[in-house]
Amino acid sequence: MHILLVEDDPTVRSFVFKGLKEAGHNVDQADNGKDGLYLAISEKYDIIILDRMLPGGIDGLNILETLRGQKNNTPVLLLSALSEVDDRVDGLRAGGDDYVTKPFAFSELLARVEALGRRGNADAAPETTITVGDLKLDLLTRDVQRDGQKIDLQPREFRLLEFLARHAGQVVTRTMLLEKVWDYHFDPQTNVIDVHVSRLRQKVDKPFKTSIIHTVRNAGYILRTPQD
Amino acid sequence: MAQERHHEADITASQKKRAFHVRKGRWPIRSAGLNFALAYGVIFLISAALFLSFIWWSSNNLLDNHVRAFIETDAQELREHWNYGGPPALSDAIEERLEQNVDDDALYLLIDRYGRRLAGNLPGWPASITRINHFYEITIRRYSFTTPAEFKAYNLTHGYKLIIGHDIRGRYLLGTVITRTLIWCAVMIALLAFGGAWVVRDLFRRMVGSIARTASAVASGDLSHRIALTGSETDLVAEPVNTMLDRINRLMEGVRQVSNAIAHDLRTPITRARNQLEDALSSANSTEALRSAVDKAICDLDHITGIFEALLRIAQIEAGSRRSAFTMVDVNDLLSNMAELYEASAEDAGLKLVLDVSPLPALHGDERMLQQALANLLDNAIKFSPAGSELTLSAHPVLAITPKGHAASTPTGIEISVRDHGPGMNKEDILRAHERFFRAESARHTPGSGLGLSLVQAVTGLHHGKLTLTQANPGLKVTLFLPLTPAASHPHALTDPVQNHD
Ligand SMILES: Nc1ncnc2c1ncn2[C@@H]1O[C@H](COP(=O)(O)OP(=O)(O)O)[C@@H](O)[C@H]1O
Ligand SMILES: [Mg+2]
Repeated sequence: MHILLVEDDPTVRSFVFKGLKEAGHNVDQADNGKDGLYLAISEKYDIIILDRMLPGGIDGLNILETLRGQKNNTPVLLLSALSEVDDRVDGLRAGGDDYVTKPFAFSELLARVEALGRRGNADAAPETTITVGDLKLDLLTRDVQRDGQKIDLQPREFRLLEFLARHAGQVVTRTMLLEKVWDYHFDPQTNVIDVHVSRLRQKVDKPFKTSIIHTVRNAGYILRTPQD
Repeated sequence: MAQERHHEADITASQKKRAFHVRKGRWPIRSAGLNFALAYGVIFLISAALFLSFIWWSSNNLLDNHVRAFIETDAQELREHWNYGGPPALSDAIEERLEQNVDDDALYLLIDRYGRRLAGNLPGWPASITRINHFYEITIRRYSFTTPAEFKAYNLTHGYKLIIGHDIRGRYLLGTVITRTLIWCAVMIALLAFGGAWVVRDLFRRMVGSIARTASAVASGDLSHRIALTGSETDLVAEPVNTMLDRINRLMEGVRQVSNAIAHDLRTPITRARNQLEDALSSANSTEALRSAVDKAICDLDHITGIFEALLRIAQIEAGSRRSAFTMVDVNDLLSNMAELYEASAEDAGLKLVLDVSPLPALHGDERMLQQALANLLDNAIKFSPAGSELTLSAHPVLAITPKGHAASTPTGIEISVRDHGPGMNKEDILRAHERFFRAESARHTPGSGLGLSLVQAVTGLHHGKLTLTQANPGLKVTLFLPLTPAASHPHALTDPVQNHD
């Protein structure tokens, strides 16, 4: 993906830059709001990563508002210092698509960036089924089959599997699951998500020869067919 | 920047000037006590003057009427003398009257048709009396002085005319008495007002003094000083000021706690992370060992971040700034979703999570913070429960008790409680549980940082509610009372929880 990174802190910038490069993305960077805005307007990006606080008069929100004012719908991920809860709301209200607070784990950022990139592509036709290898989800009847065998899932388990399947081949983090599947934005204190995923595994993986839900160390989970 | 500051200084200078101008054009006495006494004196003086004027006016009227009635009856009688015996009889009657008039205030004049004086003590016909049968008030000369007198002239038969008059010098006497009274009054009032001013000023000073003493004590750092309540009107100021000081004190206490906590509790994980990295730097002999050390250090840093976030959030909630995020919250929905989320964790820990929830009214609150509070409670319950036990999440509306002792039909609040069958907490620990970083001795080996209940406490406070921890033998019962309207913040629970406020 072609990614623009606007971040003034050199350490954070080079860290993120390096990480995204290693993950196979093509990254442009800017260290101030003015250059960032110029690049964001003049080039076509798949994703823009914006630090909220930038030196030189133009901050992240200004850039975001200018872009949205020009009907530019490039997905934007905002970065900001330790979460003031209302900051997050402001950012999303200004047209941001996702929000990551500093300090962050790179895996979290990468997972969110890839999820956003995927979303950017898949906006077109609403699907009614999702197929990943031998796993088949019918979004209308909420039927789940694997290897032709029906699997009974609770509504929440279905949504969890659906989210994993939509992002098949991508890492999704626990926070992402909590936010996107449960729509919760608080700190759950314990491994609540892990427990739900392991329950899902009991139904989706255990009865079959191969596993498709994998744990990614220090990051989260990934749904992947064995041949990938 | 420097320029801005300069500008600011200008503004304050001009403000001062303006204040000075205002002061110059105003009433010169600044002492409230003195002004009060002065105003009081003036009002008193004005009312005394009004009162005495009224007395003056009404007694004058009375006197006038009296004199006129006297003249009329006298005329009646003298006319009878005239009818009976003509001029000689009337003259005799007049002379007799004059002789018997001890007060020397009767005035008479009888003249014939040629204007000759036949009887009476008036020297001649006063020029100003031109009409007959009409009362005149005239100043006349008598002996060596002048005096006011009331007159009326009468026509008799054959051209004779009679004047009857009455000296009304008495009225002036009355006038003098009243004026003198007024002057005395003024003097007395002035004295009283002056004395009163001192007393009132003293009173005011004493009232303001206790406030001022407290304010300066607080200003110089003694936050425990409070204004003494006296039962007087100053309490109107004293009470809110004391409440304000309490709140400031609590906030300061919070700040102190946080800085202490940062000093103590953050030092530990930071030290750990640092030591780990240093140790790895000097002694790790494989990439694997280095990796694992860095990994652990990252974990510690994440832990520190978590503590910071929690501290910030608590501070933010306590500052009350989050009330802008209040919406109507469907508590039933919230509880069943939370139970669903944590039920899996409970089961994983070998626990059974029982949900006991009645239909609840909607609550005006911060949904996200309520979820966080509940998450902290459920996390604690799961963390501290022995495997195989049961924990209960229950919620019921709280009904108000009417004055007659019946339960009203409209709920005043919601009571949410989380009860486990773990070790519970002893009394001393319960009292300290909401303190930042407090962890009971027995909790040393469970993960956590002691901020969970502090946050629950802050969230409860944000909703004007009440957090109660009860030793439930076995286990702990944590109850959140959340009022539906902030006014109903005192719970009258129907179910009677053993509360920890004894
Ligand atoms: N359900 C419970 N049973 C027993 N003790 C508890 C319970 N909940 C809290 N406590 C005690 O109160 C302390 C503070 O709790 P909390 O603020 O949530 O911090 P933490 O969970 O991080 O230890 C705990 O360390 C523990 O000692
Ligand atoms: Mg806790």
